[in-house]
Amino acid sequence: MTGRDGRIVVVGASLAGLRAAETLRDEGFTGSLTVVGEERHEPYDRPPLSKQVLLGRVPPDHVALPARRPVDADWRLGVRATGLDLEKRLVRLSDGADLPFDRLLVATGVRARPWPDEAQAALDGVVGVRTLEDARGLLERLEAGPRRVLVIGAGFTGSEMASVCRERGLDVVVAERGGAPLIGALGGVLAEVAADIQRAHGVDLRCGVTVTALEGDGRGRLARARLSDGAALEVDVAVVALGAVRNTEWLAGSGLAAGPRGVACDAGCHAFDLNGVVTDDVFVAGDVARFPHPVYEYQLLALEHWGNAVAQAEVAAHNMVSPGVRKRPHLSLPAFWSSQFGVNIKSLGVPSFADEVAVVQGSVEERRFVAVYGYQGRVTAAVAFDQAMWLDFYGRLIEAAAPFPPGFDTVGRPGKPEVLPADVPDPAVLSHGPTVAVTGHLPDERRVTLLRPPG
Amino acid sequence: MTTETLLRRITDYGNRADPYPLYEELRATPVARQEDGTRLVGTYREILHLLHDPRISSDLRNRRHRERAAPDDEDDQGLPPAFLKLDPPAHDRMRRLFMRHFGPPHSPRRVSALGEELPGIITGLVDGLAGRNRIDVVDDFAYPFPVTVICRLLGVPREDEPRFHVWADAVVASIDPGPEENPGERRRAGQQAKAEMGLYMSGLMADRRGSPRDDMLSGLVNDDIADSGVEPVELVTNSVLLFVAGHETTVNLIANGMLTLLRNPEVLADLRAAPAAMPQAVEELLRFEPPVHMLTQRTPLTDVEIAGVVIPEGVPLSLVLASGNRDPQRFTDPDRFDPWRPDNQHLGFGGGVHGCFGAPLARLEAQLALTELIRRLDSPRLAADPPEYRRNPVLRGPRRLLVDFDGMRP
Amino acid sequence: MRLMVDLNRCQGYGQCVFLAPEVFSLHGEEALLYDAAPDEGQIERVRRAAAACPVQAILVEEGPRAGLDTEADRDRA
Repeated sequence: MTGRDGRIVVVGASLAGLRAAETLRDEGFTGSLTVVGEERHEPYDRPPLSKQVLLGRVPPDHVALPARRPVDADWRLGVRATGLDLEKRLVRLSDGADLPFDRLLVATGVRARPWPDEAQAALDGVVGVRTLEDARGLLERLEAGPRRVLVIGAGFTGSEMASVCRERGLDVVVAERGGAPLIGALGGVLAEVAADIQRAHGVDLRCGVTVTALEGDGRGRLARARLSDGAALEVDVAVVALGAVRNTEWLAGSGLAAGPRGVACDAGCHAFDLNGVVTDDVFVAGDVARFPHPVYEYQLLALEHWGNAVAQAEVAAHNMVSPGVRKRPHLSLPAFWSSQFGVNIKSLGVPSFADEVAVVQGSVEERRFVAVYGYQGRVTAAVAFDQAMWLDFYGRLIEAAAPFPPGFDTVGRPGKPEVLPADVPDPAVLSHGPTVAVTGHLPDERRVTLLRPPG
Repeated sequence: MTTETLLRRITDYGNRADPYPLYEELRATPVARQEDGTRLVGTYREILHLLHDPRISSDLRNRRHRERAAPDDEDDQGLPPAFLKLDPPAHDRMRRLFMRHFGPPHSPRRVSALGEELPGIITGLVDGLAGRNRIDVVDDFAYPFPVTVICRLLGVPREDEPRFHVWADAVVASIDPGPEENPGERRRAGQQAKAEMGLYMSGLMADRRGSPRDDMLSGLVNDDIADSGVEPVELVTNSVLLFVAGHETTVNLIANGMLTLLRNPEVLADLRAAPAAMPQAVEELLRFEPPVHMLTQRTPLTDVEIAGVVIPEGVPLSLVLASGNRDPQRFTDPDRFDPWRPDNQHLGFGGGVHGCFGAPLARLEAQLALTELIRRLDSPRLAADPPEYRRNPVLRGPRRLLVDFDGMRP
Repeated sequence: MRLMVDLNRCQGYGQCVFLAPEVFSLHGEEALLYDAAPDEGQIERVRRAAAACPVQAILVEEGPRAGLDTEADRDRA
């Protein structure tokens, strides 16, 4: 068997699985290719669900992903992988079949974290926002004109849902355990801006509280929610936006380093086994992967980012069919976007990997600005609110480990920026590793160079 | 020859027909210092980065060398600078205000609605050429077409063309960076023309105050700008800018387009057979023969290191877009005109917050115009190659483009 | 026809909105929304939009596939 033939199985038929399959064929893989997907749909795009679909601007089925090229593959959709036997090189499927492979890509992604109480979760009116079916159900409820919607959790999905509700003219309460919306992703300074935006748009934002119970009307319909501060809210719909759970249960006992935080792999997307030894023939990509990023001191990052799913799938697929010297590291900077309340939020780097933050362009009051995050004197992230055109410049600063705070004037904002504590929720996860720079532009040139050893 | 004289050689009219060898020479030096202190940058990646670099100002008041701080701005008869020459946040405010009447999010359908009118205008012009066997693509088509369109868009009476033609020529001559022919005099003439156009434009706007028509001037003059931080006089200056830009650059795009297609007859034949590829062909044209060859108004606010070279704070910085577009590090076989080129992220419209305001309209005009010209003209060929060029090295294009043909198809 | 925009690359130039306003729209100043399975009648405009994107972020798959084929999904299920 050479790199270009044999049997490849891709488990996961969403964005990462599709792009990996395309890349495998693009790179000349001529063997048999099987793609397994739990959802019965062909690959579709999730970000539009919480935006244009729920706003009612496009029908829910208008989310199929276009193909970059025709892919000759056996698509096993509506079938779940239930187990992995590394000895026999078999993936076990929910329909009882065993799929033999020579190389395997794990791209099973994540699912929405369900409401913890099963009986309450089963109430009519309690919904999530992850899958097409979720979006269909929620759309129907929003169009029915509920008197009040409760959004549980003010991360990106929850905040986008609050935005959708307000744009539809619906009363919405957002309950967030943290001090402000988006605080986990953006830190306290920008989270306050996000909170102001929500309130200015009429969201009933309640932070520092949790929802303690969802109660029915006795006929199985959601009627009210109880909050930890004693409040009781009459609500018709509760959107559960409590983050995600990684789909790794099927790998339990397989011998891979898989668990609730994802499947650990190296920068070349090779999965680790339980002993921390890289496997030769099992690869990981997308939301389910935990991989070391040199810019972030080789900490294992698990990113639920659209762009990471694409980039990592491409690297994984390339490495699956390439000999050692031709393999590539997955070095893309983490990047994501969110649109809510008519504001385009874009991020590069890891904003939670920071001890300080400074607004370097634009104005927070106008809600058009760029904020740069720093950790121990170097730039680690940048976030733009309606200022997307400038962001790549800061990406280059991150890759070069440029000094923080930036010491230069920017157009329209002369003088030194005010540096504030980053106020990220759990700075304890930060460590003291080496400082590196990412260099090179073409995929085969991207490399890491050491700037400063661990200090 | 030394790279210090590159700008002089690029502006030398003798090199107008083919500046590309000079650009190749330029790309060998990432940042080329000129005799007068100007830095020229001609490599793709560096230009792209500088276009998006917040340390680079478009406001000439940030130049340290005051004598280079083009007097046409400071002494513009008291008129404020157009947004092209402003930095954020003033630039952003003004541009957004104009965008309200041109494009998304407030007027997303304006350009595509105008696009519905373009085929009629084009057909009218082309029909007028029937019975001839030689035309000047510039005077017979590439000039009158976009002028008609920009008049329609803004709400400027087409019949005033003889007046504003003279003004626009003077304005364009005034931004010619060439040292010859008394630049001081040209600048003064340009300022005078802008002032007269300003008065003319104010008159048109006054007519529309309270009685709006379906045009941009009506939208602008009846908009509530109280909270925008924009002064009414700025609406006038910027309307003049859009009017001049909207007519000078598209002329070049269409004329360069015909010239390029006639030099590449197999591409012309392919496009005639498959007009669906015309949008890509126009993008390739914007790479291959862009209507604006360089941006001459930039100034670093601080020392900026790029490609290992420091561009000092306050010096004049020019980005040679047409050179970046031919950079072999970015584009395979860059001197080949190839409409089917993948991933064509050209610099033809600049980029970043100052990216060409009228780009979508220019694209549509060029696509529809070139499609129709090559469809209707039977066996077109160049009567002279190279054609006679306009003097201006920045807004570069033919002054005359004589084309012979055997007849007009219906 | 199917399409997708890489919104990490998108910088809000809005060229697609100008050229195919029934398919693409801005939500606020620069957040892009779009219909990933537009009517076939939009094909010419979508081609224009994709060609014009300054960061080449628009992927178009021309052909008979459009929205998710939920009928086929049901049959399969």
